[in-house]
Amino acid sequence: MTALLEARMLGINFGALVAARDINFTLEQGARHALIGPNGAGKTTFVNLLTGVLAPSTGEVRLKGQDITRLAQAERVKLGIARTFQINRLFRGLSVLENVYISVAERLGVATNMFSPAGARRDVIDEAMHLLETLKLADDAQRTIAGLPYGRQRLVELAITLGLRPEVLLLDEPAAGVPSAESHIILDAIDALPKQIGVLIIDHDMDLVFRFAKKITVLVRGAIFAEGTPKEIGANADVRAVYLGQQTTHGA
Amino acid sequence: MTMSAAPSDHQAARALIARHHIRWWEPTPWVLALAFYFAFPQYLGFGTDLLVWILFAISLELALGYAGIVTLGHAAFFGAGAYTVGMLAFHGIWNEPITSLIAAAVVAAAIGLASGLVLLRTTGLTLLMLTLCTMALLEEAANLGHDWTGGFDGLPSIIIPPLFGLFEFNPLYPRTQFLYVLGVLFVCFVFVRTLVYSPYGQSLTGIRENTLRMHAVGAPVRWRLIACYTISAAIAGIAGGIWAQANAYVNLTTLGLDRAATVLIILVLGGYGRLYGAFVGAVAYVALSHFLSKYFPTAWQLGLGLLLVVIALFARGGILGVCDNILRWYRHKFSARRPTS
Repeated sequence: MTALLEARMLGINFGALVAARDINFTLEQGARHALIGPNGAGKTTFVNLLTGVLAPSTGEVRLKGQDITRLAQAERVKLGIARTFQINRLFRGLSVLENVYISVAERLGVATNMFSPAGARRDVIDEAMHLLETLKLADDAQRTIAGLPYGRQRLVELAITLGLRPEVLLLDEPAAGVPSAESHIILDAIDALPKQIGVLIIDHDMDLVFRFAKKITVLVRGAIFAEGTPKEIGANADVRAVYLGQQTTHGA
Repeated sequence: MTMSAAPSDHQAARALIARHHIRWWEPTPWVLALAFYFAFPQYLGFGTDLLVWILFAISLELALGYAGIVTLGHAAFFGAGAYTVGMLAFHGIWNEPITSLIAAAVVAAAIGLASGLVLLRTTGLTLLMLTLCTMALLEEAANLGHDWTGGFDGLPSIIIPPLFGLFEFNPLYPRTQFLYVLGVLFVCFVFVRTLVYSPYGQSLTGIRENTLRMHAVGAPVRWRLIACYTISAAIAGIAGGIWAQANAYVNLTTLGLDRAATVLIILVLGGYGRLYGAFVGAVAYVALSHFLSKYFPTAWQLGLGLLLVVIALFARGGILGVCDNILRWYRHKFSARRPTS
C-alpha cells in the first residue's frame, strides 16, 4: 500500500524539553490507525507537527511522497489533511449551520466571494445540512454553539472537519466529553467515510480504540514505544506495564 | 436510513438563505435622515457631521465588528482621505467632488494595505499599539510637511466646485452637503452590507470567533484580514474626504487620537458586529455629548465615561444588544409556551 502520510525522524524540543523524538510513522491509505499513550506522551504535539501547527526541530513530514514539512497549516489543509481538536475550537457566536458552512465554503473556494450573499450558495448549505443530518445534529442546526451541550459541540467539531473532505483525518480525542450513549455517532460517521481516507485517532477510551483501530501505535515520552495490531498491542506485556496497566479499571 | 425533506427546506437552512433579505425596519434610518432634512433645515450642518460619523463608524465596524481587528488608529485613514481631498484642492490640482473622494479612497486604501501587511502579523495589544503608532506617524508627517499640508494650521478654505456642476456647497446652508453625504453613506452602507452577508463576510466572522480554527479549515487568514483592513481603510478615507469637502478645510484633528477614540466609543455604544450599531451609536454619542455638555458644561465627559463603564460591564452588545435582549425576553415570556428540555 502507498504511504499516505509519513513522518521521518520527526522531533521537536522546547528548550531542554524533548516533546517528540525520532518518530518514524506511516499512515496508510484507508488506515484506521490509533495513537495511544499515557498523559504527556506527546500525542497532541505529534498531531500538531503533522498538521503544521508546530514546526519540527528535526525530521520531515511527507504527504503522498511530497515534502510538506515547511508548509503552513492552511496549506496542508488544502492538500487534504484535516483534524479535530482535543479542546473544541468552534465559532462560538455563530449557529451550528454557519460553523459547518464556513468549512465547506473554504473547501469549495467560495469564501473569497464578496458580492453575492452566503445564502445564495444552496450547494454549500445543502452539503452542510447533509453533514449535520449524518451526525444527528440537524435539530440543533440553528442554535448557537455557546448554547449547546459540550457533547453536541464535539460533534460540530467533527462536522466542521468532515466538511473539508480530507484524505487524511486526524481525530484528537473526538469522543472526550461525549456521553457514551452518543459516542457511537462518531464511530458511525467514521465508518461512513470513503474507505480510502486515512484516519488517525487519538483517544483514551480503550473500548473505542480497540473497536475502531486496525493498527495501534503507542507513544511514550515523545517516542514510539510499540506498534502493531490491536491484538499484538493488547498482548504486549511492556505496553500493559507502561500504559494499559495504569488503567486498572479497564474492562471492569 | 430514511430520506428526510431536502436539506434546504430545513428551518436553519431557510434562515441562512434568507439572512441577507431586507427587513421591514431597515429603511428607517434613511427615512429619518430625509425627514430630518425637511424638518430641521437650520441643523443640517450638525446632521452632516452626524452622517460623516456614521460613515466613519461603518468603516471601523467592518474591521473591528466583523473581522475582530482591534484598532485604535482608524483616524489614520480618515485623515489620509481628508488630506488627499484637501491637498488636491488647495494646490489647485483637482477638486471635482466625486473623483476626489475616489482619490481619497485609493490613498487611504494604499496606506491601509501597506500598514496592514505589517500590522496584521500581530494581534491583541501589540496590534492596538501599532495601529496607534501608524496614526501618530501620519499625524506627525502632516504636522511637519508644512508646504503641502499646512502643518499645524491645516489647509483653510479649500474650494469645492458644485456637485455635478449644479449643486453649490454653501457653508451657511449645507443642504447640498447633507444630501451628498447621505448619498455617499447609502452607497457605502449597501456595499458593506453586501460584504458582511457574503461568504467572505462569513469567513471574517469566523476569524473573529476563532482564528485558530480558520487556519485549520484552510483559510488564508492573514490575506483575508489584509483585504478587510484595506477595504475598511478605503471607506474611512471616503469619510475623511467627504468631511473635508463638507467643512471646506482640513486640519490635524482629522488624524488625531480624539477622533480614533470617538469612533470606537460610537461603536461600543451602539453595539459592534451588528451593522446598525454605527447608526445608533453615532446618534447616541452626538445626542449625549450635546445634552451632557448643555447641563454639565464643565464635566460632561465624566457622564459619557460613566456610561461607557456601565456598557462595558453590563451591556457588551451596546444599545442594540440591550434592545435584542429585551426583545428576546419579551418573546420568551409571551410566545406560546413550549416545554423546556
